[in-house]
Amino acid sequence: MDIATIVQILESTLRLATPLLFVCLAGLFSERAGIFDIGLEGKLLVSAFFSAAFAYYTGSAWLGLLAGILSSVVFGLIHGVASITFRGNQLISGVAINFLAAGMTVVVAQSLFHQGGRTPPLEGAARFQKIDLPFADALHDVPVIGQIYGQILNQHSILVYLGLAAVPLTWWVLYRSRFGLRLRAVGENPAAVDTAGVSVVRLRYAAVIITGVLCGIGGAYLSTSLAAGFVKDMSAGRGYIALAALIFSKWRPWQGLGAVLLFGALEAIANRFPNVDLGIITLPNQVMTALPYILTVVILAGFVGKAIPPRAGGEPYVKER
Amino acid sequence: MVADVTGGAAADAAPAIELRGISKAFGPVQANKDINIRVRKGTIHGIIGENGAGKSTLMSILYGFYKADSGDILIDGKPTQITDSLAAIRAGIGMVFQHFKLVENFTVLENVILGAEGGALLTPSKAKARRLLTQLAADYELHVEPDALIEDLSVGHQQRVEILKALYREANILILDEPTGVLTPAEADHLFRILRGLKEQGKTIILITHKLREIMDVTDEVSVMRRGEMVATVTTAETSPTELAELMVGRKVLLEVHKTPAQPGDVVLAGRGLRVVDKHGIERLRGIDIDIRAGEILGVAGVAGNGQSVLLELLAGMIPGTGTLTMNGEALDLSLKRDNARTRREDSIAHVHEDRHRCGLILDFMAWENIAFGYHHVPEYQKNALLMDNHAILEDAKGKIDRFDVRPPNPMLTAESFSGGNQQKIVLAREIERNPDLLLVGQPTRGVDIGAIEFIHKRLIELRDQGKAILLVSVELDEILSLSDRIVVMFDGRIMGERDPEKTDARELGLLMAGVTDDSVTGDAA
Repeated sequence: MDIATIVQILESTLRLATPLLFVCLAGLFSERAGIFDIGLEGKLLVSAFFSAAFAYYTGSAWLGLLAGILSSVVFGLIHGVASITFRGNQLISGVAINFLAAGMTVVVAQSLFHQGGRTPPLEGAARFQKIDLPFADALHDVPVIGQIYGQILNQHSILVYLGLAAVPLTWWVLYRSRFGLRLRAVGENPAAVDTAGVSVVRLRYAAVIITGVLCGIGGAYLSTSLAAGFVKDMSAGRGYIALAALIFSKWRPWQGLGAVLLFGALEAIANRFPNVDLGIITLPNQVMTALPYILTVVILAGFVGKAIPPRAGGEPYVKER
Repeated sequence: MVADVTGGAAADAAPAIELRGISKAFGPVQANKDINIRVRKGTIHGIIGENGAGKSTLMSILYGFYKADSGDILIDGKPTQITDSLAAIRAGIGMVFQHFKLVENFTVLENVILGAEGGALLTPSKAKARRLLTQLAADYELHVEPDALIEDLSVGHQQRVEILKALYREANILILDEPTGVLTPAEADHLFRILRGLKEQGKTIILITHKLREIMDVTDEVSVMRRGEMVATVTTAETSPTELAELMVGRKVLLEVHKTPAQPGDVVLAGRGLRVVDKHGIERLRGIDIDIRAGEILGVAGVAGNGQSVLLELLAGMIPGTGTLTMNGEALDLSLKRDNARTRREDSIAHVHEDRHRCGLILDFMAWENIAFGYHHVPEYQKNALLMDNHAILEDAKGKIDRFDVRPPNPMLTAESFSGGNQQKIVLAREIERNPDLLLVGQPTRGVDIGAIEFIHKRLIELRDQGKAILLVSVELDEILSLSDRIVVMFDGRIMGERDPEKTDARELGLLMAGVTDDSVTGDAA
């Protein structure tokens, strides 16, 4: 394997990890506040559709992004109403959201565009274009730095950089702001927050809204940046992979970045080498595609150690005595 | 005697807290009934009462968790609406709950500032809080490491964090709900030093407890609650543990129980040196010797939490302990490596747990299923090697429901849909009809209506007259006095003495329950 191939794989790792990163951070906000969210997949999908559809009609990727975020926030609020206000089961609500998203996107797409559940291909300003980082050209020929900065990090859509910036921002909010302190507390012991005179309900709604926004950006990236339009079921389990990355990272932002880069790299390798020749046998494409999932099971079962979720996670808060 | 200070003329300053006519009902249960209380500024005011007397409900109203159905709350003489915790905090009330409200994997500092950060950014807030915390810790002997994680702290230190939280919010009134329940004696003493220090600084403290010693040690005034009502407020210096115990337990109209003198037979169950240390390392049972004979009811009296429940659970094979225990001459295993609740049943020990909702029934299951629990493996309930014979169980349940007069007599209703008294009859039917040699029964008539109480008492006497042994634990002194053939009194994990129900009275038992012994009442009993 030569340097060029490695650079190519790393470059595509970054692209493929970006939607996972947004969704992983999205899940982090929700679950840190004590709301388990298996509906990340559904929010990702619904945003991917609405972003592509609005980008197509308006010709603006930015308006598409806005529509995607809005749709995802609406879905997040459905989950919020079910699990915060009505104290429903968070798993069931999340699964329902996934089904709703999978069905609705196709039906609406078909009735609007008549292309078998797709949106028409997006062109020009309806897609997020790749942007050049400053001095990328100048540094192109410098060894190592040139390859990292000029080739791996350069020439991505603005959303990729936004995702990378979201990691330190999330860390800062979580550990350095009043909101973050309360958010973490409400996921661990909502009674402590409540008796301190802070509204558990308001905090948790804030968390699901942030989750909706981040999922929305992830979805918009999928359909208006990574791909050029929406196709049926295009989230393809990324919501679940991101959830795995979240557990893998033990609900921490920097570790979350590491986890999604790992999963992104696996996908990139699978794309680059569809068939791996091991001499005796040739591993078919499916094995490589399945690798992230297999690895998730192996890692979660054996290597992460005990992943302790936020203690109040999954449980609706009911005032006692 | 009982000095009524609530309506006293000494109305010098406005009381820190005054409650007027507070009532609160949960469905048909009147948890608080027309409560009036005045807590003077700068005093430690005790509120004492049995479990379920309504103390915690009252405090939850004061901290905005519940809304009272009627009545007024006055803070410093001003009528105050306490709609939620925030309102309570603003009114200067700080609450230390029995179960701490701390975030376990946060530091002390983070827990203290939570909800009172003073700014959107944590770094400056923490710096400010750290200075204040150090100051408070020094002022009140409340030393804790600000950067320690809560989960690494002892229970006593966690409690200090709770107190610090209240002080950090500038609370002038501090309410502590059963603060010593989880503390070692040394920790409890330290807590009381802290409370006295707080009082000297002008803070008002309300101490909720059912422990008489604490009340006598630390309070200035004490209010007694019983069955949702405030029955008396007295000056601590002018009262005695005996008087308080009597007030707590009450002397309601004696239910007449007709029984003939017992004809005790051989010792059925014999325990020697029974000890239990709980998971916090606190000794709950401190070496008890106990003998129960066939054909007698041994009553165990005591204020709740003095080891009676632990004794029951130990004998029933629910918790491990040390010492020796024999049943009909055969040794039982107290470590529970070999024995458990099921083998105890096979050894002919039946157990009616004092908390029927937690350990006696599955409320969502039907009556006939509940009647089979614990005995679901007996041969007559089996159809073959694999399947249970539901029909046989149902028929059996119908018979039991009939004989125990469970109303409505429908085995298909969920346990939840029966009244407390009928639920208890279901449990009793299950345990008694197995014909055990020994029946362990805790609080048989708690939350049970008068009619069912009479029925249950009658069945217990009948069982005794059949030559069975019964160990009866109850906080109702009347029940103990009217049913028992012998009475032992427990205090602080020990047996304080044994009395003949014919030759004692509530006053003498109250003294023993308060842990007071003189030469005539000391001595190894049971």
